[in-house]
Amino acid sequence: MADSLPTKIQLQVVSADRSLVNETVDEVQIPGSEGYFGVLPGHTPLLALLGAGELWYRQGSEFHYLAMAFGFAEVQPDRVTILAEFAERADEIDLARAEAAKVRAENRLSSVTVDMDAERARLALLKSLIRLQVATRAKIRS
Amino acid sequence: MPSLIDLRRRVRAVKNTQQITKAMKMVAASKLRRATERIMNARPYAVQMQRVLASVAARVDSSVHPFLAVRERTATSRTLVIVVTGDKGLCGSFNTNVIKGAGQYITSATEPCTLGLVGRKGREFFGRRGFSVLFEQIGIFQKLKFDDAKVVARLAVDAFTSGEVDKVVLVFNEFKSVMSQRVVVDQLLPIEPHEVVLEGPAAKAGDSQVDYLYEPAPEKIFEQLLPRYVEVQVYRALLESNAAFFAAQMTAMDTATKNSAEMISSLTLYMNKVRQAAITREIIEVVSGAQAL
Repeated sequence: MADSLPTKIQLQVVSADRSLVNETVDEVQIPGSEGYFGVLPGHTPLLALLGAGELWYRQGSEFHYLAMAFGFAEVQPDRVTILAEFAERADEIDLARAEAAKVRAENRLSSVTVDMDAERARLALLKSLIRLQVATRAKIRS
Repeated sequence: MPSLIDLRRRVRAVKNTQQITKAMKMVAASKLRRATERIMNARPYAVQMQRVLASVAARVDSSVHPFLAVRERTATSRTLVIVVTGDKGLCGSFNTNVIKGAGQYITSATEPCTLGLVGRKGREFFGRRGFSVLFEQIGIFQKLKFDDAKVVARLAVDAFTSGEVDKVVLVFNEFKSVMSQRVVVDQLLPIEPHEVVLEGPAAKAGDSQVDYLYEPAPEKIFEQLLPRYVEVQVYRALLESNAAFFAAQMTAMDTATKNSAEMISSLTLYMNKVRQAAITREIIEVVSGAQAL
């Protein structure tokens, strides 16, 4: 049985307005809503809700990083599909813009009292924080 | 016989029309480019979503979530038909085709239909004819956003979960290519399990028998996944319709420009004939006058 297990994973990351990754990889780590989990080839089928955080995948010894928030992951033995609400590659992140978004969200959070707006601002803050985190970490690593 | 001045005026009028149709064609072409780009970008997500849902639906029982359960037909069953038309005209048979498609569906449906109208043209048509209309969404194509799709999806989902309707159907123009649009009737709710198309490695025997692990519990995932799926389907329908609209408008305006060019040339020819006839007549008058002397 063991030899019938796949040795690679086909990883697809799509967000509502574009497709970000469509590659064959060796390992993926996904930010699930209950915590991070790693996926190696031959994983049992899994359907997971995603939280906000950093997703990385490994091709050989090469690591790639993505910032992402919310959505779903479908894991099959030879395939991982990520349907992200928001996702961005680490090298695409504009640090200055993320920083500005963070400041803006913080200001809004401190001034507005209406629930709806606060919720949106909180999400914006969360997204900008992840972006900053992923981008700075990717910089340190490289 | 019309006078020369009248003809000249007509030629000028047709030229003005031609300029307008030409400009509209160009505007539609550039908007079409943007719209197709958006739909191309949105397609992978919608397709993957459909694939995931199909393989999920193949494994779970339809009673897990109300969106998956087909309701038994009763005397009070109703269907919500969401008709996606354009906000504007001047686009050939674009709106007529959707309206016709929706009309066909309504008349052939076994249970009474309620309408959800997206786009001004649909409202103008159905609103006047005494159909029962559940909601209207107008002017969203100007600046189409995901939030617009969310609003429509919300309305549909609310009607479905409250039991007001037992089935939701989307009727819209699918963007196939610049030259062709196709009217599509898609069932939105309940989500049909027959969409399962096993392809590639997933088609391998035994693969789909294994149940998923869920994290968190399946109810929680479905609670988010299925409404999201509905939103994405609506969003895709809106984008398709939007791109198809501009394609239809571009073709219609192209034809109009060509027709007016034809009209101008035939009018000019006629005008020249009239002018020539007048000149000839004058010469004859002069010559015969000179001979009479």
